[in-house]
Amino acid sequence: MYDVIIVGGGIIGCALARELSRYNVRLALLEKEVEVGFGTSKTNSGIIHAGHHSPPGTLKGQFEWSGNQLWGDLAKELKFGFKHIGELLIAQKREDLQYLENLKKQGDSRGVTGLEMWGPKRIQKEEPNLSHTILKALHAPTAAVINPYEACFGLIECAKQNGLELFCDHPVQSIKRERDNFSIATPRGSFRARIILNAAGLFADHVAAMVGAKTFSISPRKGEEYLLDRRLQGIVTHLIFPTPTATSKGVLIIPTVDGPTMVGPTAEDIDDREDLSTSYSGAADVFAAVRKTCPAISERDTITEFAGLRAVSESNDFIIKRSPVKNFYNIAGIQSPGLTAAPVIATYVINMLRDNDLSLVKKQTWKADIDGPPRFAAMSPKDRKAAIHKDSAFGQIVCRCELVTEAEVLYAIKHGARTLDGVKFRVRAGMGRCQGGFCTTRLMDLLAQADEIPLSEITKRGKGSEICIQRHDIIPKKDDR
Amino acid sequence: MKNQMRKNYSVIVVGGGPAGLAAALGARQAGAERILIIDREVETGGILNQCIHSGFGLHYFKEELTGPEYAERFNQQVRSDKITILTDSYVLNITPDLKIEVISKKHGYLNLRAKAVVLAMGCRERTRGAIRTPGFRPSGVMTAGLAQKMVNMKGVLPGQRVAILGSGDIGMIMARRLILEGCQVVGVFELHPFSSGLTRNKVQCLDDFDIPLHLSTTVAFIHGRKRVERLTLAPVTTDYKPDLKQSWDIQCDTLLFSIGLIPENELSARLRIKMDPATGGPQVSSTMETSLPGVFACGNVLHVHDIVDFVSEESHRAGRYAAELALGMRRPGDNITLYPGENIASCTPHSLSSDREQTIYLRVKQPVKDATLKIGNRYEQKFRTLVPSEMVKLSLPPKVLNHFFGEQLRIEVSSEEGAQ
Amino acid sequence: MKKELICISCPMSCPLELTIVNGEILSITGNRCKNGEIYARQELTHPQRVVTTTVACRSGLWPRLPVKTIAAVPKDYVTNVVTELHEVEVEAPVLLGQIIIENVANTGIAVIATRSLPHETVKE
Ligand SMILES: Cc1cc2nc3c(=O)[nH]c(=O)nc-3n(C[C@H](O)[C@H](O)[C@H](O)COP(=O)(O)OP(=O)(O)OC[C@H]3O[C@@H](n4cnc5c(N)ncnc54)[C@H](O)[C@@H]3O)c2cc1C
Ligand code: SF4
Repeated sequence: MYDVIIVGGGIIGCALARELSRYNVRLALLEKEVEVGFGTSKTNSGIIHAGHHSPPGTLKGQFEWSGNQLWGDLAKELKFGFKHIGELLIAQKREDLQYLENLKKQGDSRGVTGLEMWGPKRIQKEEPNLSHTILKALHAPTAAVINPYEACFGLIECAKQNGLELFCDHPVQSIKRERDNFSIATPRGSFRARIILNAAGLFADHVAAMVGAKTFSISPRKGEEYLLDRRLQGIVTHLIFPTPTATSKGVLIIPTVDGPTMVGPTAEDIDDREDLSTSYSGAADVFAAVRKTCPAISERDTITEFAGLRAVSESNDFIIKRSPVKNFYNIAGIQSPGLTAAPVIATYVINMLRDNDLSLVKKQTWKADIDGPPRFAAMSPKDRKAAIHKDSAFGQIVCRCELVTEAEVLYAIKHGARTLDGVKFRVRAGMGRCQGGFCTTRLMDLLAQADEIPLSEITKRGKGSEICIQRHDIIPKKDDR
Repeated sequence: MKNQMRKNYSVIVVGGGPAGLAAALGARQAGAERILIIDREVETGGILNQCIHSGFGLHYFKEELTGPEYAERFNQQVRSDKITILTDSYVLNITPDLKIEVISKKHGYLNLRAKAVVLAMGCRERTRGAIRTPGFRPSGVMTAGLAQKMVNMKGVLPGQRVAILGSGDIGMIMARRLILEGCQVVGVFELHPFSSGLTRNKVQCLDDFDIPLHLSTTVAFIHGRKRVERLTLAPVTTDYKPDLKQSWDIQCDTLLFSIGLIPENELSARLRIKMDPATGGPQVSSTMETSLPGVFACGNVLHVHDIVDFVSEESHRAGRYAAELALGMRRPGDNITLYPGENIASCTPHSLSSDREQTIYLRVKQPVKDATLKIGNRYEQKFRTLVPSEMVKLSLPPKVLNHFFGEQLRIEVSSEEGAQ
Repeated sequence: MKKELICISCPMSCPLELTIVNGEILSITGNRCKNGEIYARQELTHPQRVVTTTVACRSGLWPRLPVKTIAAVPKDYVTNVVTELHEVEVEAPVLLGQIIIENVANTGIAVIATRSLPHETVKE
């Protein structure tokens, strides 16, 4: 019996878990994928928005700026990459200038610090590779970039260390009310809880419907993103936003926290909640748009692409409230700036719970910090030497493109990585320009050794996505030949 | 157990594939004393260890060998020449004054010094991202080289029903390998109107096993959320755009990419060595020296070869020159620059010296029949066919080169008719 | 009758043109060396191939050992050769050229190791 069960281990579920782990509550999180962060939270732009974008009078507007301010400390405590690189929202047409002015006013009145209008001279000086047709840009120094999945892993690691029970590969199939409690069924056992926090992202309406608390529906909006070769690293140093149109925020240029530049996303309303495919038209749209702002970027520099799905509700705003069913809370429709808002959404939800008879007593032993994974690539020569001296596994390179050592992979596996993607997103192995050509077999060996399973049971991201088969899986049929 | 590693070397070779092995032997032959080969794998031999098919050595050894046999001949020679080998070790960095930072599980963190360095890091495969194939991102999509390593070295198979995009040699050879291992190969699909590998491989790897080769075709969509389930294929128009109206689907669980190789030049880039955008490798002089004095390059890190024999020849030479430099010998500087003209995609080296015979490797851009290769209006050579997939080796004697002293030497290919 | 073949004896891949009358080869053109002619005659009468594949290797540095037939086997036998080799397992260490099977698939031809494979514990 748990006091609170969180359904869904995206950035929202993970932030809720960490926040709740401060208190003396019996807490569990159920995630349908094999690891946390494998939903929308893995496939987004990784931007901590500056605070001035979202319109006032919405939850998005309320949380963008307050969320923004929490990330610096979180990154320090949870040891994930965080860079305050700032943002430039550019105007290339006269009629766009008014939009910039309005946005500046909106930000200023909200207290967003440092907003500044830049003219062509300043823009050219700071970003010489941008198009020369830019008239003005609104500089927002508070914008930052993070690694969203690292944030998920860090939050959950911290929550676990403070008592969270995590159940991955546990999709919630049905929920029953049993007197004052809920009984939650998954294919791998059922769970009982007094309070449910529904943070199931794209499936939040399905989960809500399981208890008759579906007051909204979710429709997916796809965004394709294209990651560029390190050759283009540093081509821009700020986040570059075009002036949005009525239909889209536009295609951004994103200097990711790990260095490589990324461009995207597109925005396309679709029906299928699992359609993470990329398309010719997506690529064409992204690069046509990017060429207008930064002509030096070419589609030929793509090293990989992916798509993510925004969970959009009818209201086009976040839904964070008690549902008609007592003790069942929906935290849904968390589209952009959901990542930015996640930490403040978590405290907001906890205040709601406190007002609704969950006695929240702080734990004496709560620990905000985690040790965090070692990062060989970021070490100084002296530290590298010391690290190898202490543990020779630091002397074994596993991924050459991103300079990842065996020690880091073993650490990731010890802290929950079960799949090739899980390792990849924790340590960056396989994310570089060779896209796993070199490291895949090495990572498979390490995963196989750790779990004492054959190579054929290693998956990319859970059952059904096995990487290879055994020779004896194929019995050569004589008549086939 | 930390073995005591020597710190100072005459020549350090980065990479122990065929290029690195030959360079080390060349350096020894030219009289260098302390030679070290560093490789990140558990053994030297590089990609040859997984290329278990035959087709190697016809030029160099005058007999046809498999990849591992070819490698072993070099390995044996390197061992009997008492060249030091450091495997399972990774070169993190090289400084312009030739300090080399290495990490190794066995030896820890090493700071080595060399009088000359030979870059022989080989190449890597182009991946799905490079051509932005649309669709899902399931497992079962990998490069042909990774599949080759799985099958030939790790003893597992990439899948059961396999499609291959790209008719490069690795792709065609893998098609045959997979058939022999009991898999089905549903087809090889090639964007270009011509196969990008050797015709011989089309015959003995595809035709022998009735594997269809679809030219001017590409994968337009990858289906399958967890594992590949199906591909949409489409013919391409003359500007290589897929014609989706004529697309069709094929069932399979694996898609291998064999769409080309790229020289592996992370270290060179960090050294700020001058690169040649046409080859993707460093620019080198007639002594195979890069723009950074003391740093040489050879093999696939310099430009992607299709025949290992040429790699060995070129690398042996690079090793010799590296040793000469380490021993304090200096050849006269080059006096001719080489200039790729009509229908020449690339040529190496980038400058020549008229005092000795020079070997030039080049590739054409477009396939041509009955071609005339012209070297600066002085020298002509006829070829029945020239195709981009086959590198051409030329040897120019000093008496030809002398005419171009201080000038640019332009190489071009013309023909009566273009091949289809 | 004319017949076209591609010589597979070396990477040049010469396109050969054969003139055949009553099953006899009258002329062969297109070859750049005499091996092309040998190949054409062979391919027309009884085509054959060298088989390269791998066999399982217990406690080797790698679990597979590359092997080849020491000479070409009749093309029709290629499948039988690999099928027989699917079942073979050897024990490390193995030496380059070591005979794995004396007479594979009744072809009278031996299969040999194409590399030395040390024991898994022996690393450089
Ligand atoms: C292309 C793109 C770019 C974006 N860029 C930004 C940005 O730069 N900055 C920003 O602030 N925001 C951005 N966003 C928005 C941001 O990514 C989302 O707001 C955020 O990730 C939502 O987190 P979540 O936890 O609600 O959803 P998710 O990460 O999808 O988490 C939901 C989890 O619930 C699990 N689940 C579902 N059903 C069940 C069930 N029945 N049982 C158990 N578990 C279940 C899922 O597997 C998943 O792990 C972007 C979005 C997209 C698509
Ligand atoms: S004929 Fe001679 S040169 Fe031509 S492919 Fe055959 S062996 Fe090679």
